[in-house]
Amino acid sequence: MPDMRTSKIPVSEQDPKVRARNFKEVSLGYTAEEAMAEAERCLNCKHRPCMTGCPVGVRIPEFIEKVREGLFEEAYDIIRSTNSLPAVCGRVCPQENQCEGKCVRGIKGEPVGIGRLERFCADYMADKEHTVAAAQPNGHKVAVIGAGPSGLTAAGDLAKLGYDVTVFEAFHTAGGVLSYGIPEFRLPKQIVKREVAGLEKAGVKIMTDMVIGKVLSVDELMEQGFEAVFIGSGAGLPRFMGIPGENLIGVYSANEYLTRINLMKAYKDSYSTPIMRSSSVAVVGGGNVAMDAARSAMRLGAEKVYVVYRRSMDELPARKEEVHHAVEEGIEFLTLTNPTAVIGDDDGKVIGMDCVKMQLGEPDESGRRRPVVIEGSDHRLDCDTVIMALGTSPNPMLRAATPGLEVNKRGCFIVDEASQTTKQGVFAGGDAVTGAATVILAMGAGKKAAAEIDRYIKAQQ
Amino acid sequence: MFRIVKKKNLNASVVLMELEAPYIAAKAEAGQFVIVRAVEEGERIPFTIADYDRNRGTVTIIFQVIGGSTMELAALEEGGSVLDLVGPLGIATEYGDVKNVAVVGGGVGCAIAYPQAKKLFGMGVGVDLIAGFRNKDIVILEDEMKAASNDLFVCTDDGSYGTKGFVTNKLEELITSGRNYDLVIAIGPVMMMKFICDITKKYGIKTIVSLSPIMIDGTGMCGCCRVTVDGRTRYACVEGPDFDGHLVDFDELLRRNSAYKQQEKDHICRLTGGVR
Repeated sequence: MPDMRTSKIPVSEQDPKVRARNFKEVSLGYTAEEAMAEAERCLNCKHRPCMTGCPVGVRIPEFIEKVREGLFEEAYDIIRSTNSLPAVCGRVCPQENQCEGKCVRGIKGEPVGIGRLERFCADYMADKEHTVAAAQPNGHKVAVIGAGPSGLTAAGDLAKLGYDVTVFEAFHTAGGVLSYGIPEFRLPKQIVKREVAGLEKAGVKIMTDMVIGKVLSVDELMEQGFEAVFIGSGAGLPRFMGIPGENLIGVYSANEYLTRINLMKAYKDSYSTPIMRSSSVAVVGGGNVAMDAARSAMRLGAEKVYVVYRRSMDELPARKEEVHHAVEEGIEFLTLTNPTAVIGDDDGKVIGMDCVKMQLGEPDESGRRRPVVIEGSDHRLDCDTVIMALGTSPNPMLRAATPGLEVNKRGCFIVDEASQTTKQGVFAGGDAVTGAATVILAMGAGKKAAAEIDRYIKAQQ
Repeated sequence: MFRIVKKKNLNASVVLMELEAPYIAAKAEAGQFVIVRAVEEGERIPFTIADYDRNRGTVTIIFQVIGGSTMELAALEEGGSVLDLVGPLGIATEYGDVKNVAVVGGGVGCAIAYPQAKKLFGMGVGVDLIAGFRNKDIVILEDEMKAASNDLFVCTDDGSYGTKGFVTNKLEELITSGRNYDLVIAIGPVMMMKFICDITKKYGIKTIVSLSPIMIDGTGMCGCCRVTVDGRTRYACVEGPDFDGHLVDFDELLRRNSAYKQQEKDHICRLTGGVR
C-alpha cells in the first residue's frame, strides 16, 4: 500500500544565511532512509504518465520500485540505461514541468520527488565501482562537436551501440554549460567530472582545446573518416541590451561572469582568473541564468544583489525552486523595472543604472502581457556591477566555417525530422538548434540524434 | 598537454616559447592568436601567434612577463609543457592589394609586427619596419626584422640605440619625406596605436591595428573583449583582433584593459610571497 501523505519527504538544505556566502551545494540530497520512504509514495501507475514527461525516457516507476526495495544499484542501472548523466539531471532538470508535472500524485498534493530520487541513486553510486561493459566495436566513427549535455548524451548513446566516438570540445574542460554555466552550488563540478569519466570508461574519446571551425573544419573531420558528425555546440553567444554604458567596467554578460566563476574558479584564492568583488550588483533578466548570476554575486560577498526584470514575479521564466532559493538568500527582485542606461564615473567604472518602471499591457505574441513604460518613472539604481542575463543565441563561428550548413533567422541550425542539418551526414541538436533551452531538452535531442545517426550509418552500408 | 620545444629569453622580460601543436600549426595565419592556460590554476591568456612552422608542427609565442600569469608561464622550462593551447583563433590579417606598407611595432608588439612584415615582404610587398623600444637593453628581434623589411628603423625613447624618439615621429618623418605607404600596420601598446592612427588619419593612410583586450574563451562566448569600432560594439576574439585603426575607440579599450589592475597587483603579491 503506497504512502498516501500529500507532500514529498523534505530534503535537507544548507541554511540560507550560511549558504548565501559559500559555494557548497544548496541541497544535501536524500539519505537512503529518506529515499526509500519517498519511493513509497509512488503509485507505480500502469500507464506511466511520468515517463511521457521525460525527454530521455527514463523508466521512472521501475527505478523507483528498486529504490523502495533498497536495491539502489539496480535502480541506478535502470536510469543509466537511458540517461547518460543521471547525477546532473537529478539536480538541474525542471522536473516540475516534466516527469513530476505528469505525476498522478501531483493532482492532490505534491508529486513524487522523482528528481531527488534520481539524484540519490546517482550519488549513492558515486563512490562505488560501477563498470559499464564497453560495447562490441562496430567499426564506424562518429564525431561530436561540443561536450555539453546534447553532445555527451549523443556520444554516450552512440558508444553504447558500438560506435567509435570522439567528442571535440573548445574549452579545456568537458561539460559545456554544466561546467562553465551552472554554478557549483547547484551542480558540483566534481559530479560533472565523474559523469564525463563514466562516458570515457564506456569508450567515448574526448579531445579538449579543439575549436572546430578553426583548428579543423567539419569537412576535414569527414575526410578523416568520421562517417557522421553531430553538432551540439550550444547557444553561447551573449546578448546585450544595446543601451548606453554597456561597455563600462563592471558590466558583464552572465556568460562572462559565470565562466569566470565556474570554469575558471575565480572565487577560489588559489586560481588566477580575477573577478570583481562587488558591493552592489544588478542582474538584468529573469531566467535561470539570472538566478545563477545573482546567487553567485551574493556568494562572492556583495551586500546588495538585485534581479531587475521588466515583467512581474508571475512571469519570471526561472524555475520556481531557483527563485525561492534566491529570495531565501536575500536577493531582491525589482520587477516591472527596465534599464535604460548604465552610468559610469570618470574612470569608466559603473556607479549606477538608470531604469524606468513598467506596467503590464495586452498580451504579446508569446502570450505574456507586454510590459509598457510608465511615463515619468525614471529612477537610478545605485550599483557597481551590472550583469546582463538576457539570453544567448548560437555561436555563428561553426556555421561561417562550414559551407552547406544553413541556419534560420535566429542563427539556429536547420534540421529535418531525422535531426540532419542541410549538410549530408551532419546532424545537430540541443541549443544549437532550438536556441537557449534546458539541459534535459538538449539531452533529449542528443539522444534522438544518436538514434538517427545509427539509422543513417546503417542505411549507408 | 603541449610540449615546450624551445624557450629563449629575448631580453630581461621578454620570452619566446615554441610550442608543439601540430593541429594549430597546420592552420595558423599571421594575425591570428592562441589562448594558453599554463597550469591548472592559471588564466586563459591570449597571445597573437608570433610564428608557426607547419613542418615542425609548432607555433611560437613571444610575451612580456608583465603580470602573475605571464610569470607562471615564464617559469615553465623547455621540455616541459603547458596544460592547454587553443587556436588558431580570430581572423587572419587581410591586407588587400598593397604595394608599400609601413609596419610599426612597439616594445613586445614587435614580436607580432615582425611576422606581418615577414609575410608581406615574402609576398614581394615593399616593407618599412619601424620598431620602438624604451631603451637599448630591451631591443628584440633586430636581425629578424631587418631580414623581413626593405628598411628597418629602430627607435628608442632615450636614444640609447637607433634614433632617439617615438615611432610616431619616425613614421611621420618618413611620410613627409616622400615615402608613399598605402597601408600602415601598427601593433603595440594601446597608446602607441592610438597616436599612430592620429598621424595616419591626417595623411589619409589606411591603418590596421591588432587589439589585445581582456579575453576568456576567445570564441565569442563571454563578450569580455568587446571594443567599440565605428560606434558599434565588436568582439575582438571573433571579429578581430585586427580592426581599422581609424575607427577604434582606443580610450575605451585602455579603460577596459585596466579593469583588473588591483586584482593583478594582488596576484603578483601572492606569487612572489608579498603581503596581500
